[in-house]
Formats: sequence, C-alpha cells, structure tokens
Amino acid sequence: MKYDVIIIGGGPAGLAAACAASEKGAKKIVIIERDKELGGILNQCIHNGFGLHYFKEELTGPEYAGRFVEMLRKTDVEVKLDTMVLEVGQDKVVHCISTREGYQALEGRSIVLSMGCRERTRGAIAIPGDRPAGIFTAGAAQRYVNMEGWMCGKRVVILGSGDIGLIMARRMTLEGAKVLACVELCPYSNGLNRNIVQCLNDYNIPLYLSHTITDIQGKERVEKVVVSKVDENRAPIPGSEIVFDCDTVLLSVGLIPENELTRSAGIAMDRRTNGAIVFENMETSVPGVFGCGNVVHVHDLVDFVTAESMRAGAAAAQYAVGQEAGGPVLEVKTGNCVTYTVPQHIRRENVEKTVEVFFRVDNVYRDMVIQVKDGENLLCQFKREHMAPGEMEKIVIPRVHLDKVQGENITITVEKQ
Amino acid sequence: MTNLICIVCPKGCHLAVDEEKDFEVTGFGCARGVDYGKKELTNPTRVITSTVKIQGGIHKRLPVKTDRDIPKGMISQAMALLDTVELTSPVKVGEVVVPDICGTGAAWVASRDM
Repeated sequence: MKYDVIIIGGGPAGLAAACAASEKGAKKIVIIERDKELGGILNQCIHNGFGLHYFKEELTGPEYAGRFVEMLRKTDVEVKLDTMVLEVGQDKVVHCISTREGYQALEGRSIVLSMGCRERTRGAIAIPGDRPAGIFTAGAAQRYVNMEGWMCGKRVVILGSGDIGLIMARRMTLEGAKVLACVELCPYSNGLNRNIVQCLNDYNIPLYLSHTITDIQGKERVEKVVVSKVDENRAPIPGSEIVFDCDTVLLSVGLIPENELTRSAGIAMDRRTNGAIVFENMETSVPGVFGCGNVVHVHDLVDFVTAESMRAGAAAAQYAVGQEAGGPVLEVKTGNCVTYTVPQHIRRENVEKTVEVFFRVDNVYRDMVIQVKDGENLLCQFKREHMAPGEMEKIVIPRVHLDKVQGENITITVEKQ
Repeated sequence: MTNLICIVCPKGCHLAVDEEKDFEVTGFGCARGVDYGKKELTNPTRVITSTVKIQGGIHKRLPVKTDRDIPKGMISQAMALLDTVELTSPVKVGEVVVPDICGTGAAWVASRDM
C-alpha cells in the first residue's frame, strides 16, 4: 500500500500534522496509533489551560484533542488504531502490526514521526531503598485516576516538580488523598509558575526545593519515604533527613522522547534533546522523514506542539508531491546559558520571511538579552525579563538577518543586559 | 502590596496588587492579568475539573469541568456533588452533568464525547 504521508502517532502532534498535510493537498494520508483512540496523552490531561494560543480559549486536554479529531473527520485521512509500528525502514517503508489487520508494510512518499515521550522511571534516576508497590510515574497515576477509574494512593509524596507532578498533586488532593510533599532536587521548580500557584499553594502542599528522596521503605506497599536536603552539588546532606509516613510515591522527573524507531531508521540524533536533528521545516537527516512534537524536544505547551507539527505536516505534503527542500545549511550553535536549539539546522533558501527557533536555558536568569550572532557580528537580539529551564524560549529570526550571515553557522547566546 | 503570579495563562506574569490603591495591578502582560489580580485578592475563583462514572463508554470515567470559575471556598462542595453521578454513554461534550453547583449558577459539564 502506497501513501503520500504516513504519520506515526495520533497524539496532538500527529493530529496537527495530518490536518496540515491534508490542507496542503496531500491525497493519501494515514495516521498509525497504538492506543484504541486518537488524542494521545491529552485524553488523560483532564485539567484546563490548553489552547490559549491556538484556539484563543481555555480548554481541557480532552476538549483540545476533540477539536482536532473533529477537524480530521472532515478530511480523507485514514486512521489505523490499535496498531503498533515495529520499524521504519530507510526506504520509507513502515512495518506495523495489529490484531485486526495483521502485519503490514506501508510505503510512504514522506513520513512524519510524532511518537511523543514516555516518562523517566525510578530505575532511570536510581532511587535507593526497598521495592514495594505504590511507586508510580505521575502520568501512569494520571491515567489510572482519570481514565480507568482507579484511585492509587491515600498519603502521597511527589518527587519532581514537573508539570505532570504538580497537576497530579492537585488531582489526588481533590480525590481525597493527602499529598504530604512535593520534593524537587533543583533549587527552582521545573514546572510552570502557574501550576505551583494553582496546584500546590491553593491546597497548601509544601514544595521542598533542593531536596530529594534518599530512601523508600516498605515490605508489600510503600510505608515510609526519607527525604534529604541536597548541597550545591546535589549530594544529600547527612542529618537533614525528613521522614514521611506515606503509601504512595509519584515520580515527575522528566520525559524521554520515544525515539526507538528514529534511531533504527538511521536518523541523526541530537544528544541534548534526545530527539532527531531537524531543519527549519522539521525534516530530519533522512530526506522526506519529518519529526514534530515531544519526540523532537519536550514542550511545555500543546499549542506549540500544534504549531510545530503543522509545519512538519505541510512540509511532508510538499515533499510527497516532489517539492524537496534543499540549499546550503546553516548550523545553529548554542552559546552561553543555552542547552539546545530546535531547529539545529536552517536552510536559508527554505525560509520565507522568518524562522522560529526554540530553546531552553540552563538556569534561572533575570534581565537577560538573547543574541543571535554570526561569529562576532550581532544579527539581532531579544530582551527577556525572566528566563527559566522550565520555560521554553522562542525567538523569531527574520530571513533578512540570515541572508547577511557570512559563515556556515549562527550562535544563539544569552547575555546579561 | 501583594505579589502574585498570574495563573490565567502559562506565561505566569509576576503581578503586584496594591490594596491601598483600590487593588491597582502592575506587572501584567495583558488585560486578563488585571482582572485576575483584583479578583484573586477580593473573590478568588477557579475552574475545577474532575471525572464521573460512565457505563458503556470507551473508558470507565468521563472527564467533566465547571463551565465557569467558581469561588475557591466551594471547591470541596462542588467535588462532592460528583460522587453519586453515574452516566450512560453516549454523552456529548458540553452536556450538563450537574446543574447549578451550590447555587452559583455554574454547572458541571462533560469535557469530551464518550
């Protein structure tokens, strides 16, 4: 079976890519989704705050997903549910299986990778202690509580101040649990400020910054958790232990882009994002294969996933009708304070008026200026009052500045104002 | 003077509200921040989301939300109203699940089709 565009993953990224590809005129499009419905993680994010940028109103996760599913229904996009992709070949053949259709090899003119993320687990951060029941990643607990109808704890300690952890602190409280503490290794929160306010402060849940879990005790079920203060090198300080009597630990300690398919397809990866290296139109190092959403880099806001994925979907549709992007490549280098950028590569000829560059900083800063430089030459700059690792930054660079670049790279750097 | 973080959107503007100047708000990025700052110190409200039991749907729980913000102090009473609700599929997004929450005029509504 031959398709113009094959989209792997039917979450917010895949949905937006499909809508955009269809609008750009791609005829035969398919979304392959491993769950039993479209929408991905949005279906379990029942809280509100989605869509302020894209829909200009405040929606819950299921409502946001529902809007896109509705848009998709008006197109001819085919959807394969309960279908798992095993491999993406270098020849752009997608190998997948489902109980309904068995094994299939689908050939795509272009492919969009939109598989999203999975959560870091206890194993990934090596928490010492016993291994009883009652230790969940925050997202798994969210699915149990919000979709499957299982309450998963009564007295809860949350490790990590990522947004999912904060949202679950409120959710567990509303469902009758006692959330004893939210414990964060860094001296600052990794979640959005608004979530500290409306999820922790509203319910008097204490946030312990510069603390971590140093022991979990319990035979069958979690019984006690030991929390210690950490020094500036993030090493636990002996004597600072606080013991919490609890039955549940939720982990909100980061997301890992789910890139097994990307790697096995031989696509060049970025060690900083754990995602594919992409060009300005979200194309990867393999021509005709695009990436978008959390599988490329972890976003804070679904609205930005949507915008990025629409660019990927549109570019995939263009590639499918033979409009390949090309031309000389500018590498985007990271300067002071900048941990990564997306895109990592820009092809000037393929930039219409502006190019958006996303990145994160490595610490909390005040009164900074973001500079885009060609060697020592300043191309443009953007002021910021407040920057934090938990808040993705976006700058819009006009093409006229890129046209002035003499060398083969530009540098994004953050300096004191 | 009270310092607040605006929760209207993910930007999280740092607001300062002056109680002595009729709750004058500074530090906002948009007009909604002005409303929020004033309201947060006079009558704080929140939109609440939760789930209810549903039979015959793709999942066992249907997500619901209050169709407008309700006073912060009423959150637990509003939550208690959902304990006994049991719906049967199909339900459409926006359908009223519990009308008039504790006399506020706000309703619990379904936040997806199921």
